Amino acid sequence: MIFSRFFRRQTQPEPKIEAGLRKSRRGIFRDIAALFERSEIDEELYEDLEALLIQADLGVETTVALLDNLRQRVRREGIKDPAEAREALRDEMVALLEEATRNRKVKIYQRGVPFVTLVVGVNGTGKTTTIAKLARYHQDQGRSVMLVAGDTFRAAAIDQLKVWGERLGVPVISHTPGADPGAVVFDGMQAAFNRGVDILLIDTAGRLHTKYNLMEELKKVRRVIQRHVPEAPQEVLLVIDATTGQNGLVQARMFTEAAGVTDIAIAKLDGTAKGGIAFAIARELGTPISYVGTGEKVTDLAEFDPETYVDALFFGDDEEA
Amino acid sequence: MFEALTDRLTDVFQRIGRKGRLTEQDVDEALREVRRALLEADVNYRVVKDFIAAVREQAIGEDVLRSLTPAQQVISIVHKELVRVLGSERVPLTWASQPPTVILLVGLQGSGKTTHVAKLGHHLRGEGRQPLLVAADIYRPAAVEQLRTLGRQHDLPVYDEGTQAKPVEIVKHAIKLARERRLDPVIVDTAGRLQIDERMMQELEEIKAAVRPSEILLVADAMTGQEAVSVAEEFHRRLQLTGLILTKMDGDARGGAALSIRSVVGVPIKFIGTGERVDALEPFYPERLATRILGMGDVLSLIEKAQQQISQEESERLQEKVLTGTFNLEDFLNQLQQIKRMGPLTQLLEMLPGVGQALRQQQVQISDDEYKHIEAIILSMTPEERRHPDIINFSRRRRIARGSGTSMAEVNQLLSQFKQMQRVMAQLGDMAGVGRRRGGLRGLLGGGNPLAGLGDGGLDALMSQGMVPGGMPPGPSARHPTAQRPKPKAGKKAKKHKKKRH
Ligand SMILES: Nc1nc2c(ncn2[C@@H]2O[C@H](COP(=O)(O)OP(=O)(O)OP(=O)(O)O)[C@@H](O)[C@H]2O)c(=O)[nH]1
Ligand SMILES: Nc1nc2c(ncn2[C@@H]2O[C@H](COP(=O)(O)OP(=O)(O)O)[C@@H](O)[C@H]2O)c(=O)[nH]1
Ligand SMILES: [Mg+2]
Ligand SMILES: [Mg+2]
Repeated sequence: MIFSRFFRRQTQPEPKIEAGLRKSRRGIFRDIAALFERSEIDEELYEDLEALLIQADLGVETTVALLDNLRQRVRREGIKDPAEAREALRDEMVALLEEATRNRKVKIYQRGVPFVTLVVGVNGTGKTTTIAKLARYHQDQGRSVMLVAGDTFRAAAIDQLKVWGERLGVPVISHTPGADPGAVVFDGMQAAFNRGVDILLIDTAGRLHTKYNLMEELKKVRRVIQRHVPEAPQEVLLVIDATTGQNGLVQARMFTEAAGVTDIAIAKLDGTAKGGIAFAIARELGTPISYVGTGEKVTDLAEFDPETYVDALFFGDDEEA
Repeated sequence: MFEALTDRLTDVFQRIGRKGRLTEQDVDEALREVRRALLEADVNYRVVKDFIAAVREQAIGEDVLRSLTPAQQVISIVHKELVRVLGSERVPLTWASQPPTVILLVGLQGSGKTTHVAKLGHHLRGEGRQPLLVAADIYRPAAVEQLRTLGRQHDLPVYDEGTQAKPVEIVKHAIKLARERRLDPVIVDTAGRLQIDERMMQELEEIKAAVRPSEILLVADAMTGQEAVSVAEEFHRRLQLTGLILTKMDGDARGGAALSIRSVVGVPIKFIGTGERVDALEPFYPERLATRILGMGDVLSLIEKAQQQISQEESERLQEKVLTGTFNLEDFLNQLQQIKRMGPLTQLLEMLPGVGQALRQQQVQISDDEYKHIEAIILSMTPEERRHPDIINFSRRRRIARGSGTSMAEVNQLLSQFKQMQRVMAQLGDMAGVGRRRGGLRGLLGGGNPLAGLGDGGLDALMSQGMVPGGMPPGPSARHPTAQRPKPKAGKKAKKHKKKRH
């Protein structure tokens, strides 16, 4: 909720928040603001901060690192005022994310060469829905889009993507359930060339990063794509569920290894989860978070902005009150 | 990550061991490592706090401070407490007195509800029931088709009314149909929803009021982080959950969320999902999950068993022998045999935390043969020789070598290493007091025994296992670490998908 307000799409009128979706909730990050209202910077403050960061899924290591930086700054800059310390922590958090954001490759959309986005992730994170949202996003920018139903495994996954295709008026290239994903992707690439589409979005079956064969399958899909366009896939998007805990870091590591992840999307940020694992991923892998999903509709997608995100973490619920 | 906790705890106690005495602060230092491990396993922050407080009380009460094996003692207490919180007995599904029994699956988006409706149906049919699956997710594109497909693939009847009817109506009609056709249970798939989505939560309340399910199971992803508690609390507050299904346990998530949910909400964990196929459903074993949350393979069941059965007197008797310098080859043989009874040596060693680390680092290969040799040599000695190795002269050595099928060199090596070991023991005995602790005993085997190739870490771990004085009980052979994640049964249905997915 915090995030759906903060990350609203620039190209769209503000999505109206349905009354039914309103909820009463104590955001833990509102507590951060309250924490700094004390009169001095003491050990208790750091302890409370640690609690809050860990509860947002940043993980022990990232939390400790952030707070170490904060301590150093407080000492070095002789900060006495807790409010100032808060600013310092905010800056640290933004800087951490921005460093990763700088790794974001400039997206070059060439005429005549499809821009290929391969969407990957563990089961049920929101890949297919994110594809629908991205399709809409590109449509809004005036680009032509095509979808590839690369999840040939999960029951009715192809139908799911086709429903989105129909709703959006976007062609979907598909084979029958159980078919070789490489073969569908091959056809998708071919069709994208033939019809001269700008954007080709490839759905893949959810897979746990621990399954060797399935990760190898992703490598194969990549090779099929590269046979048509050597620089493709120009974007490999890892979709992470905002509720994901520390396993998210391993996911990012393994998918990067197998599929060359270039960007991360955090889905389901409209829930109460903070997606704090993004900090750990940014810190360890430097992978930029590029998109956030804030609902189940095609318009519930926004480009990620570190400042907006951190501010939402800090001050989120205040505005709602 | 794997086995990190044991390694770290071993480190902590090694440092402490050098200092000699264990204090409450030492225990706290160890508990900080435990705390970290739990947080890294996604156990909720508040839950960890309470948990550590409970463990600390026990740790101090149970005399960890004077234990020979403090690292294992702490882990054992933690493990026991984890099992307790997770719920030590299995809670079966509740059946309605008036069939059909209605089972409602609820949860966040993408947690695995639809898949588990099919899995439950498959599982219960295996128990002789005739389930009806109900497609009440009218929102997610092709959700109805997903369940229909699963039903078709596995010959399970599915009731649906497309996406236009209201879920509560669909469920009511399904129950009516089940009654007519004598289908039981009725397993209902609901749409994924956020616990803060008022309208969608109301929908579930309506369904509950209309059909009074016997079971309302929360389907939760094992990869869930700190928010698991808020999610479960809210679902429970609105629906009074009867149980939990923890999904995607076939990955490497430690599943601390389950502990959080269990400890805050109190509902039992009823099933574990271990794969995408319909047969990947398992009953819940608290010990396994506890072990996994701690990130330690299957070591704990081993330690637990050992600790339960090592008699206190036996361990004290041995300690006394060591300290008075009367530990002889017979005692040594005894130890070896007890270790051996635990199972194949290499497998056993892999399971020992410190040893595992040492093996990984040094790539040490230890063959069971080496042990057989040592054992054979000692067995070829007369009882008198075992008790007083000093009397073993050249001709006795030759006899022993021949009798044991080994070489003179091997016999010599064993004897000289044992002598060295006795010297170290004597020194320990002199350093009165110190030797009473594990720290003092540390040098013991490291000084000179056939296991020296293991390196310090390895021996240390052996020591801290309580294996070397104390010995192991006879019993079922040790399970292999991977045994904790049983392989899916290769049934007829399984084969269908094997090609694509494994
Ligand atoms: N609240 C919320 N739900 C979302 C969001 N994104 C996706 N979902 C829901 O999450 C569920 C899973 O989404 P999918 O897009 O099917 O996920 P997936 O990764 O393709 O799943 P598999 O292909 O089954 O691995 C669906 O119920 C979606 O409606 C989001 O940003 N917010
Ligand atoms: N690896 C694995 N995947 C699972 C498990 N249970 C469900 N899934 C997958 O998780 C995704 C979401 O499952 P689904 O049943 O559609 O979730 P729902 O949205 O809650 O109904 C699908 O890709 C399933 O195949 C499990 O135990 N292990
Ligand atoms: Mg999908
Ligand atoms: Mg579903």
